[in-house]
Amino acid sequence: MTAAPANDIEFRSVTKCYGSVTAVSDINLAVPKGAFVALLGPSGCGKTTCLRMIGGFEQPSEGTVLIDGREMNGVPPYRRPVNMVFQHYALFTHFDVQQNVAYGLKQARPRLAAAEISARAREALEMVRLGGFEKRRIHEMSGGQQQRVALARAIVNKPSVLLLDEPLAALDKKLRTAMQIELQTLQRELGITFVLVTHDQEEALSMSDMVCVMNAGRIVQMAKPQEIYDRPADLFVADFVGKTNRISVTVEPDGATLRLANGMAIAARSCLKPGAATVALRPEAIDLVRQSTGDGSSLAGIVTHRIFLGSTAEYQISVDGLGDFLVTADRRSVQESDLVEPGERVALTFDPGKVHVFPA
Amino acid sequence: MTSSEVAAIESQMKPMTTDRKRHLVTAALVAPAGLWLCVFLVLPFMAMVVFAFGERAPEGGYQAAFTFAQFANLPSRAAAFWNTMMIAPAGAFLCLIVAYPAAYYLAIKSNPKYRLTLVSLVVVPFWTSLLVRTYAWMYILGSRGIPNLLGMIGIEDIRLLNTPGAVLLGIVYGYLPLMIMPIYVSLEKLDRRLLEASADLGAKPVSTFLGITLPLSLPGVMTGVALVTILLLGEYLIPQLLGGGKVFFIGNALVDLFLQSRNWPFGSAIAVTLVVVVVIVLSVAMRIAWKVSGSRQVDLV
Repeated sequence: MTAAPANDIEFRSVTKCYGSVTAVSDINLAVPKGAFVALLGPSGCGKTTCLRMIGGFEQPSEGTVLIDGREMNGVPPYRRPVNMVFQHYALFTHFDVQQNVAYGLKQARPRLAAAEISARAREALEMVRLGGFEKRRIHEMSGGQQQRVALARAIVNKPSVLLLDEPLAALDKKLRTAMQIELQTLQRELGITFVLVTHDQEEALSMSDMVCVMNAGRIVQMAKPQEIYDRPADLFVADFVGKTNRISVTVEPDGATLRLANGMAIAARSCLKPGAATVALRPEAIDLVRQSTGDGSSLAGIVTHRIFLGSTAEYQISVDGLGDFLVTADRRSVQESDLVEPGERVALTFDPGKVHVFPA
Repeated sequence: MTSSEVAAIESQMKPMTTDRKRHLVTAALVAPAGLWLCVFLVLPFMAMVVFAFGERAPEGGYQAAFTFAQFANLPSRAAAFWNTMMIAPAGAFLCLIVAYPAAYYLAIKSNPKYRLTLVSLVVVPFWTSLLVRTYAWMYILGSRGIPNLLGMIGIEDIRLLNTPGAVLLGIVYGYLPLMIMPIYVSLEKLDRRLLEASADLGAKPVSTFLGITLPLSLPGVMTGVALVTILLLGEYLIPQLLGGGKVFFIGNALVDLFLQSRNWPFGSAIAVTLVVVVVIVLSVAMRIAWKVSGSRQVDLV
């Protein structure tokens, strides 16, 4: 007897081609049981194709997809223990809410008793806080409510994996934030694996406990959200997840000093290959001060734009000899007045330890 | 008057003038079609209703009177009513049976690259007159056509022409494109993700078809059935050519009454009865289709 597989979903060197276009190329992925995984990437990176291969709507051109340790090649969607929340929900407009949610239960063979179907549909609707909406027609519901119906419909069959394809894309910001929390709660309550596809890095970072960043059909980095943000694997991840300043530098022959275009030197954390390199620096890792320290440890520049965001403000600063920098400043961290005006000269300082160096 | 008062009055006047303009535009757009329908549909129909309660003048035509005699006489054309009421829906239904798979293939299964070409192929027969095409069927079904071929392999005395079957065949052949198109449109509009969602929820292809595809294409089906049925109820050509006067439609009865025996009042009574029956039957059918599909995407009556 074999032990239950630890992974709910596994991709073994999966490639998917459409004609001459390779959508997904040689992907290996393991999603542990009960995890909340986000596939994050720009549009066209293959994340939706991956999700559709799990759902069974696409078959891999090469490699295998395993669900619960079982090979799924050639298995149609209706025989897979997964359910999907579709982008734009794909609700059945000719049914009411109750019929939409009960649809999955009615497909079960042997047939379930009518009483059980209605009880389980009600239970699912209550889980998404839509109790009492059973008889509503779909077009009478708001976008947020339709989203909940789609969720209830997908969880009613008690799948071992729930797939979510850009589930919050059509909601306004406030509703999206509320639904993010609700999805997390729901995942904990159900204890099943969630696989979320999104192009919104905030959504991926806030909800999931594992983020899989994809680009051009490949997985670039798979790690915990905090690690993705703090230790991006490459420039793409640094750029795509959160905001970042890219600075071209030269690594000195000693391999320990980074030389900026304006002559400033930064000590490297580790030994690097000498030559051209790119440095990524988060906007919030930079401190903004009004007076220059004048000892070469800071960059001097002039504020060109300010975006006020409430508790913080974003500044675009034209740094002498280095171009534009993006800096996020906590209002309290800037001395005297809490906001710096465009046109003011400022100095930028940063902790060399927060600099990420990538070979150019 | 202060400037704010002027502004207030202006803001009151503006919607009025734009409203009037909009009404004028609407009237101008509707007028040609409205006038046409009024002169060539509403007025003639009113004349028919008046005729239906009148009497036949001794020399033929209409003579003013108020009598229900024409309606009382309706049973004398029971055979034509019966044929029409049986064969028209049967023909429409047969058309549906043939058209649905074709429309389904065109809209869902066919390669999108060739879809437009295939759809235009459905319409191509319309470029030739129905009369010519029906004549072709006369030859094919006639004694020198299929019965002749069957005779060669020893199956003798098969009569195909001038039977209800021939009329049905002609109907399905002639009206197929009119049935395919509305069904194709409603299937083509169908959101493919609904089919995926259905499969995702565990529905086998047959269940998906019966539970999702068919109900959602019902408005197209109803439009097609209504369109074909309405046209068939007034059909004259196909029963005349392929039914050979043996399979007699109301259309043939009307031609006979108006042109041969010149009994206008009786012909009017038949026509008015037909219109009333059609309107009642179709509105009931449409109501049912809307209810099932939950939408009113394509409606006719």
